[in-house]
Amino acid sequence: MSTPYDAMWEKLNLDLEAHAGLLEVLGKFYGDIYLSQDGRLKGMEYLDFVLSEIHGLRIQELQEAKKQGKKVIGAFCVFVPEELVLAADAVCIGLCAGAEIGTEAAEKILPRNTCALIKSFVGFKLAGLCPFIESCDMVVGETTCDGKKKAYEVFSEYAPLYVMEIPQMKNASDRVLWKSEVLRFKEQLETITGNKITAAKLKEAIALVNRRRRVLQRLNRLRAAVPTPISGRDVLLINQVGFYDDPIRFTQKIGELCDQLEERVKAGEGIVPKDTPRLMLSGCPMAVPNWKLPYIVESSGAVIVGEESCVGTRNTRDLVDESGETIEEMLDNLVDRYMQIDCAVFTPNKERLDNIVHMAEDLKVAGVIHYGLTFCQPYAAEAIKVEKTLQGAGIPMLAIETDYSMEDMEQLKTRVEAFVEMVS
Amino acid sequence: MNKQDLVAGIDIGSRSIELVLLQGDRIKDWAKVPTTFDPMAQCRHLMNGVRATKIVATGYGRKLFAETGQDNGVAAITEIQAYALGARYVYPEVRTVLDIGGQDTKVIHLTPVGRVLKFEMNDRCAAGTGKFLEFMATALQVPLESFGGFALKADKRIQINSMCTVFAESEATSLMARGETPANIAMGLHLAIVRRTLAMLGRVGGASPLLFAGGVAHNPCIKTLLEEDRKETVMVPEHPDIVGALGAALYGRKTL
Repeated sequence: MSTPYDAMWEKLNLDLEAHAGLLEVLGKFYGDIYLSQDGRLKGMEYLDFVLSEIHGLRIQELQEAKKQGKKVIGAFCVFVPEELVLAADAVCIGLCAGAEIGTEAAEKILPRNTCALIKSFVGFKLAGLCPFIESCDMVVGETTCDGKKKAYEVFSEYAPLYVMEIPQMKNASDRVLWKSEVLRFKEQLETITGNKITAAKLKEAIALVNRRRRVLQRLNRLRAAVPTPISGRDVLLINQVGFYDDPIRFTQKIGELCDQLEERVKAGEGIVPKDTPRLMLSGCPMAVPNWKLPYIVESSGAVIVGEESCVGTRNTRDLVDESGETIEEMLDNLVDRYMQIDCAVFTPNKERLDNIVHMAEDLKVAGVIHYGLTFCQPYAAEAIKVEKTLQGAGIPMLAIETDYSMEDMEQLKTRVEAFVEMVS
Repeated sequence: MNKQDLVAGIDIGSRSIELVLLQGDRIKDWAKVPTTFDPMAQCRHLMNGVRATKIVATGYGRKLFAETGQDNGVAAITEIQAYALGARYVYPEVRTVLDIGGQDTKVIHLTPVGRVLKFEMNDRCAAGTGKFLEFMATALQVPLESFGGFALKADKRIQINSMCTVFAESEATSLMARGETPANIAMGLHLAIVRRTLAMLGRVGGASPLLFAGGVAHNPCIKTLLEEDRKETVMVPEHPDIVGALGAALYGRKTL
């Protein structure tokens, strides 16, 4: 079937036939998991639209921005300071990584025992199926784990890659390292865009990204209501779309959605009955269209009311201090904000344990499901600690390790259902 | 609830389907059939003529059965909950339930009052399950029913390293080629399963007393080796494979 975007996709060197197949599968998957839900809010139509146009209209916007001389910067990690990208007048987007695609090709250049997320971003590129990465003038990698670190070395042969070093401890020297990396990134952005990052532009960018974080914080506060007014699947989707869509539009639309949610909460209406077991997800990020586990959870009689994840609160919890006036002050504020991220790559990482317990208690969850991607060592190792910590707080946890394939669906269903029975 | 009400629990597993009929607190009847390629037909066959007030399904086929099943609404619970309930009926003191079935191994840690505290299942691969034993018994040309007894005749303990069904078979074959006795190899295979089971028990907490259920609990060698390691008597119900169906029926009784 031809679409109005075929010419654009062809120009981006996508594998048109395979891409059409991907969109078809994605559309069906989306219909089954999202559109089939009862009582969705009108505001979700925006997300349905964004998703249906994820490789269409949004890519067209990126091409138009490029025509106007803007650069497109792709990132894989919440550690990449988006504020600097925006202050350099470039567009910042998340990249494709949530589906089992191009695995065979990826396994030719990566070990088989590599996590699904890494294999997927490499697979998307090798299979020519990600118009986002094909639109990028620069792709920012980061040293958040050995798997990614080494994958970027190979990946640099296929994409215009730039790698930031992320510290792994939070001592004074690590902050110094991180600040130097932020400065190096700023210079790199200035070189690639030809734009100077001024204090005024950076101030504006910091405010913009904070606004997006604030609206997502508001969403999280609203969904915490009992009964929760929105499904966990929908909130995950919002968090996912936040990485792709234009930040101004996104913030406005999610603000409108929050207004609707507020009314629902006031009226005491929920997306599920108020005695539905409330669960929280914790662990590895879930990129579009990785909806497998949330779907299983929410079709097993539970509802997800929080995501302790990079595609979740880890990306939105902390704001950048907006009081800085000089570039130097603002960079320091940025550095401080990003050093608060409690990714499992840090050692020690007690903040994450504390944050999980606080979140679980605040959200009044009956249990936590820890989501780990198979072969993701940092999160697998922390899962054991998280479980112990939650146990101490009297909160049950189920550890799931899986990838993007569907082969363990039945097994996962049994586990998740048994966990829901256990906490009910 | 009428005391005469009949409640049915049906456990649709990968290898067999069991039915338990409860009347009041008493097991009125039970039956077991192989799963075959048409489990729903086997279920219908089992349920033929059964007039139960309530039916509860468990096992891999629970959803399908509940959806396509009877007119009076069939409930479905997971094997975890079913085994927890069934085990406690058989042995009220139980704190850990081990269920080794056709393709799954489950370990369930119960609170003193019988609630599920934590559970663990093997992921994906059928290593260490009934399927593994079945495959190995065939490889050694010993009937599955007597495989455990055969292994107990071993005169020494050799180690089988691989838990992958295919690799374990080639390991067994090369041991045979080196002149190792089939009984010793069989013992080695049983030891491998128990090693794996003990690791799972350890992860879940493995509190005593332990009840061993599921089809593999018929195997006396696994029981003996478990008892040897745990230095305690491991409870095996008279009919270990109906514990899941019994638990489903008990759940039905609770929710009448």
